[in-house]
Amino acid sequence: MKFAVLLIGFTSLSSSAIGADVHVEISKFAFTPSEITVKPGTTVVWTNDDQTPHTISARDGSFASTGMDTGDTYQHTFTREGDASYFCTVHPFMTGIVHVRQ
Amino acid sequence: MSHDNHPENPQRRQALGCLAAWSGAAVVWTLAGGVPRALGATTAGGVAAADKNAFTFVQISDTHIGFNKPANPDVVGSLRRAIADINALPQAPALVVHTGDVSHLSKPEQFWQARELFGELHVSRVHTIPGEHDALDNGLGGYLKAFDHDGKQRAWYSFDQGGVHFIGLSNVLDFRIGSMTSLGDEQIAWLKKDLRGVSHSTPIVVLAHVPMWMIYPQWSWGTADADQALALLRPYGSVTVLNGHIHQVMQKVEGHIAIHTAMSLAYPLPKPGQSGFGEPGPVTVPAGELGKLIGTRQLTVVPGRNALALIDTPLERAPVNHP
Repeated sequence: MKFAVLLIGFTSLSSSAIGADVHVEISKFAFTPSEITVKPGTTVVWTNDDQTPHTISARDGSFASTGMDTGDTYQHTFTREGDASYFCTVHPFMTGIVHVRQ
Repeated sequence: MSHDNHPENPQRRQALGCLAAWSGAAVVWTLAGGVPRALGATTAGGVAAADKNAFTFVQISDTHIGFNKPANPDVVGSLRRAIADINALPQAPALVVHTGDVSHLSKPEQFWQARELFGELHVSRVHTIPGEHDALDNGLGGYLKAFDHDGKQRAWYSFDQGGVHFIGLSNVLDFRIGSMTSLGDEQIAWLKKDLRGVSHSTPIVVLAHVPMWMIYPQWSWGTADADQALALLRPYGSVTVLNGHIHQVMQKVEGHIAIHTAMSLAYPLPKPGQSGFGEPGPVTVPAGELGKLIGTRQLTVVPGRNALALIDTPLERAPVNHP
């Protein structure tokens, strides 16, 4: 029992854990971190810390936020393995990628 | 940015020299028969009447209604101040054009509040084009509910006023990953068709939000297919392209095509690549400085000249003229 608790405690610290949300900050017109690796089923939460609105839009159109004001969050759960490349539609030089791996 | 110095036209240099002497005062310049002359100046900002026959209009831009962050907690107040300035111009402008980012977040209440505020302008028409802040949700659906100028449910249109052919374009819908925005083939085909009925001697004013030349690709400050549109405009004797987006005055003159970006009425942005600024976000300046960095532009058609006379006036008076 003690071992199991320790194990859960350990995995929740890992960014690739199932069940733990992974956070990406939008600050100074950049996604930080811009590249993350998560397990299928993980929810990624983006928070806009800029005074300027931004969006999260998948290159393949599979997910997209509306305009996010300062302090707004957007979340998406990645269910399938693969690479999800995304950008901000109003500042297309802002790009990020989510690697979804088992 | 390149400037055409017109070496064959020494008056232009002379005008710039005169301006330096007047800097800091409120001066309106006009150009009659190629000879620049000051119309009048007072420290109170009053200006003598211009040629009553000249066709004059005003450009405002990037009002960002809905913005309330430290860079400008009162954008409505800034717009109202600009409206008072415009309404007080000694020669009433025929119309006002707005070159995009009417709203900050594409919210319906922001569009309608802007529309109501524009109603306080003593002009017959206010023509807008969309900025990318007006296209955040649902493309331009929300924007067009408040600002569909010709009833065709699209953001590009043209009209004639005062002998000038005005063309409003939309270059804010086609941002692609890691790339510039563009006008798109459908709009360029429309532009080609629209210009068919316009004689080469007609002055043309083009409105587009994102600059129509490549100012700074790192911040997407340019339009990928601008050259295709400019090629269609090259045969015309007087083409003035008015842009917004970068919240500062810049210009590029290429033959008979002059491209000008304008100040915002909300907040300043850094200069391209300005030291200490890694991104094109709102710049918060010390109290009392903001009014010097946001403002309006008056444009006047001068018969016999290709270039329009432009006067950029910050809300805190110290007009910047460029012939």
